[in-house]
Amino acid sequence: MKLANKTPNSSLPPSEVPDEWFTWKEQDRTASEAVSRPSLSYWKDAWRRLVKNKLAMAGLVFLILLVIFAVFGPIFSPYDVNRQDLPNQYQPPSADHWFGTDSAGRDVFTRTWYGARISLFVGLMAALIDFTIGIIYGGISGYKGGRTDNMMMRIIEILYGLPYLLVVILLLVVLGPSLSTIVIALTVTGWVGMARIVRGQVLQIKNFEFILASKSFGTTTSRIIRKNLLPNTMGPIIVQMTLTVPSAIFAEAFLSFLGLGIQAPFASWGVMANDALGAILSGNWWTLFFPAFFISFTMFAFNVLGDGLQDALDPKLRK
Amino acid sequence: MLRYILKRLMIMLVTLWIIVTLTFILMVSIPGSPFNSERGTNEAVQANLEAHYNLDEPYIIQYLLYLKSIVTFDFGPSIKQPSQTVNDMLGRGFPISFELGIMTIIVAVISGVTLGVFAALKHNNVIDYLAMGFAVLGISIPNFVLATLLIQQLAVNLEIFPVARWLSPAHMILPITALATGPMAIIARLTRSTMLEVLTQDYIKMARAKGLSPWKIIIKHALKNALLPVVTIMGTLLASILTGTFVIEKIFAVPGMGKYFVESINQRDYPVIMGTTVFYSSFLIIMLFLVDIAYGILDPRIKIHKKGGE
Repeated sequence: MKLANKTPNSSLPPSEVPDEWFTWKEQDRTASEAVSRPSLSYWKDAWRRLVKNKLAMAGLVFLILLVIFAVFGPIFSPYDVNRQDLPNQYQPPSADHWFGTDSAGRDVFTRTWYGARISLFVGLMAALIDFTIGIIYGGISGYKGGRTDNMMMRIIEILYGLPYLLVVILLLVVLGPSLSTIVIALTVTGWVGMARIVRGQVLQIKNFEFILASKSFGTTTSRIIRKNLLPNTMGPIIVQMTLTVPSAIFAEAFLSFLGLGIQAPFASWGVMANDALGAILSGNWWTLFFPAFFISFTMFAFNVLGDGLQDALDPKLRK
Repeated sequence: MLRYILKRLMIMLVTLWIIVTLTFILMVSIPGSPFNSERGTNEAVQANLEAHYNLDEPYIIQYLLYLKSIVTFDFGPSIKQPSQTVNDMLGRGFPISFELGIMTIIVAVISGVTLGVFAALKHNNVIDYLAMGFAVLGISIPNFVLATLLIQQLAVNLEIFPVARWLSPAHMILPITALATGPMAIIARLTRSTMLEVLTQDYIKMARAKGLSPWKIIIKHALKNALLPVVTIMGTLLASILTGTFVIEKIFAVPGMGKYFVESINQRDYPVIMGTTVFYSSFLIIMLFLVDIAYGILDPRIKIHKKGGE
């Protein structure tokens, strides 16, 4: 019931208001049930929060540009990555060579984008493999619980103690340096962190009521893991993946710099930085500056994006 | 507590055994003998060499000999420089690397904690943003890139510091800066976030209500509790500083263990690779163990947590 037809300048006391001033209004039941605003799913909501984070968005834009340049950059360059041109060594940046040339007269611009391909490939592959193994291992360990979990966690604790880069170096010494061995070496111990996170999440979520409801409907274990557990653990997993990428990129550059990664004629940011080590003493700054800039900014972009995702996906943890 | 220590000790021993066995398997599985590259050696000489290094024994005997040599801490002679034993190299290189590592940790902890505390106290202030921007940058710039940039700017262009070597305190500033920046940034971020959490606790309000001076509250009540998580990541930081010394020692020509390690990798000098890897790993694994124990002792909550978690 609503008040209507109120005369504007009435100053009567409430008891003397005549009845004819009131009318019945039919209540519109469908209108009150209507949703005024489109409902936001978890992902849309997270995206909205991420967009507000300027630094994370800057990182995302940088990474998108980097991917575009890594894919298309070399096509527009008239120079071949590994073609040596000794008369033109150490040319400063110019209209011909945007980023200058290195000790063998190779075009730094072209090599930078080839380096970007390698770094992005290593980073994404490492994250993807860690993700796959980590989800399976951590999912089983957390969901089964009890003795299985205990056993599986002991194995993880032992592997976790192994010094990561030392094991990688050891594997590379034996397997010989190449792109695929780097990825293998990085993931042999790298999945452990992911498995721990997945297990922790699963342990926490599996006791919630909606899982019990699913079980009481007779849902199979694999379906519960796929449909109920994993989607709800995705937040921390995505954050962990975003942070795996820069550490893998760092590891590749580090190993290439030591001479254990991508081998010399091929371009990788680590190889380029290593080549430039001799050149900086003579003041040819550009040979070092460009690979250094791109390694640092790619890692920076992934780090701020990871931080932003963490805030966006898990608002409870926000500080 | 004792049970916890024993459990950690068992895990540590298994990890050590795995790394030792892994190095052995990997070295045995490398195709060819390390003496293949030496031209002009006839078969008799080669056989003698292999006998000298016990390479002609069956694998199981080699493995047992290897285990024995590690337990007695004798890593044998270098193959490429037979006049030197691996122990000689470790004895010469380790003190220098240790010096570099210790000073890096001290610098990283002091500057990282200071930066983190100031960022937390000036939360959402310009200082906070500057400190955290600096920290993310510090995490993102790889140590070898920072090292080369420092050499280029401060040693070559401005000539403030010497370019390389390890002779005087002035020689130490650039390598330590390059190595400490990453860990410092990580410590600063962690200190900031735990400080922010601790500063909202009731006991801080209580301390304020008692009328304690702000600095006393920060140092005695807040920082003491905020530093606990920093202890937990010390193990990981040690590992990253230790592997960082490889490149830093290479770039600055510091005659530490990392230099021998990198050289041995490039020359495929297997006893040196095995020796240094086992030494490094044992050092790190023992450090991780000590960090774990220290954390267990420092944080009384961990016992309750353990009971609740199991």
